[in-house]
Amino acid sequence: MLTLERVTYRYAGASHPSLREVSVELRAGEVLGLVGASEAGKTTLCLVASGLAPRAAGGTLSGRVLLDGEDTAPLAMHELAGRIGIAFASPATQLSGVATTVYEEVAFGPMNLGVPRPELIARTDEALAALRIEPLADRDPAQLSGGQQQLVAIAGLLALRPAHLVLDEPTAHLDPAGTEMVATALAGLAADGASILVAEQKTDLLAGICSRIVALDAGRAVLDGLAAEILADPRLVDLGVAPPAAVRLRRAAADAGLPPAALARLEGALAG
Amino acid sequence: MPSFLGTPGPSGVHRLNPLTKAVLAAVTTALAVLVGGLIGPAVLTALAVILPALAARILGRLLRTALLLTLPIAVSVLLVNLLFFPAGREILFQVGPIRATAEGLRFALETLARIGAISGAITLFYLTTAPAALVLDLERRGVSPRVAFVVLASVQTVPAMVERAVTITAAQRARGLDTEGSIWRRLRGVVPLAGPVLLGSIAEVEERTMALEARGFTRPGARTLLWWPSDTPLQRVVRWLLVLAVPLLIAARALGLPGWLG
Repeated sequence: MLTLERVTYRYAGASHPSLREVSVELRAGEVLGLVGASEAGKTTLCLVASGLAPRAAGGTLSGRVLLDGEDTAPLAMHELAGRIGIAFASPATQLSGVATTVYEEVAFGPMNLGVPRPELIARTDEALAALRIEPLADRDPAQLSGGQQQLVAIAGLLALRPAHLVLDEPTAHLDPAGTEMVATALAGLAADGASILVAEQKTDLLAGICSRIVALDAGRAVLDGLAAEILADPRLVDLGVAPPAAVRLRRAAADAGLPPAALARLEGALAG
Repeated sequence: MPSFLGTPGPSGVHRLNPLTKAVLAAVTTALAVLVGGLIGPAVLTALAVILPALAARILGRLLRTALLLTLPIAVSVLLVNLLFFPAGREILFQVGPIRATAEGLRFALETLARIGAISGAITLFYLTTAPAALVLDLERRGVSPRVAFVVLASVQTVPAMVERAVTITAAQRARGLDTEGSIWRRLRGVVPLAGPVLLGSIAEVEERTMALEARGFTRPGARTLLWWPSDTPLQRVVRWLLVLAVPLLIAARALGLPGWLG
């Protein structure tokens, strides 16, 4: 379980905190979606949850971040690396910059952790297979498209086999097929017991994989509840978040006076 | 492990352990400095550069690359020594106050022979060794993973920065920046290109650093290596013999032997 208890975080030199008294609980096997407008604090929350803030990002943190009940404050970043992984939106900066093949890039994290070689190979093969990118294994990561690089970065994260995953807009550079692939992989990981925190603008993706949603506004958690309820909450639009297509369709149908039965048929057709 | 990792090169020279090739290049460089005259560097070039390059089937590429590498310095060495050699007595030709001397020409040719041997040795190493293979081999031998990372990342960053520069050039030209024409115009175009290339690279550093930290890069101790270049007992012996050649030659030069070394 990943727990943030009354976390307030201020970047070095910032005049005000980017997170204010945020409390979030992420249980094993749960996929928690994080939504909010730009600068609402989504990326900052991801950095704090992963341990990178304040360790690597600097700044000051108050409150507690607990990993399976253990306070992470005294732990070094490399001690957290095998337990909680993070992927960022920009694919190019997540690559190590030293691997000459995708295979080595995916293996980079477990190599750093000193995972024994047979297990290292097994983990790498498994991570490539999870995202169906085995055909890219011998390619130079620097020569891949942005979407392919993002899949490689996520595969590198999966190879670390962390119990907790933090993904900051992981599908920002992906096409619909790539997005679907990531969604399937995340659902599979959650089914295996991983807890996953996903900050995303694509609420359609969140509607498909999340059990709970937290909405942030100006660094505060203002909505927290079941995914279906939060994504249908009319206040979401005021927070600068576009609801999923199904919710917008339902609202448009209601506004147009469409009978519920016709709406259900329409939704069924779209889903099919 | 996939077969494409650590694929052996197309020739015996490519397949040599990277450290063996690095030692060969370093020792050739040292010997080129130690030996004098024309014969010594020529023999050295033939044995340590031309023969391996022929075996690796890269002689043409090697000569082109080495020539490009040394041409500016070779021209300046030749002109400066030929025309301004202080101890020059035997005049070959004279243009106004400038006198070309035989002693200057001889010294220039000897210097060029050394430079040729050195650039040939370095080019041979560069053309037959993958940077990743060298770094992995050094890491296997106990070099810190961080040092290995810095070396490799520096090498790998160059193409990425070139690619970024090409993209920014295209974007700036699309917005009307003139990057062609006279030298002055080209120089004026450098600033709006260099700024975004450098600032963009610096801005990426923070996120890249965090991504590395999140992947356990700062963990103390040795990493697990997926693969490393092969090495043989014979190559180990050859490396030591090559290294021993340097003090032996220094001793020979100190004793004034042998004469053909200049």
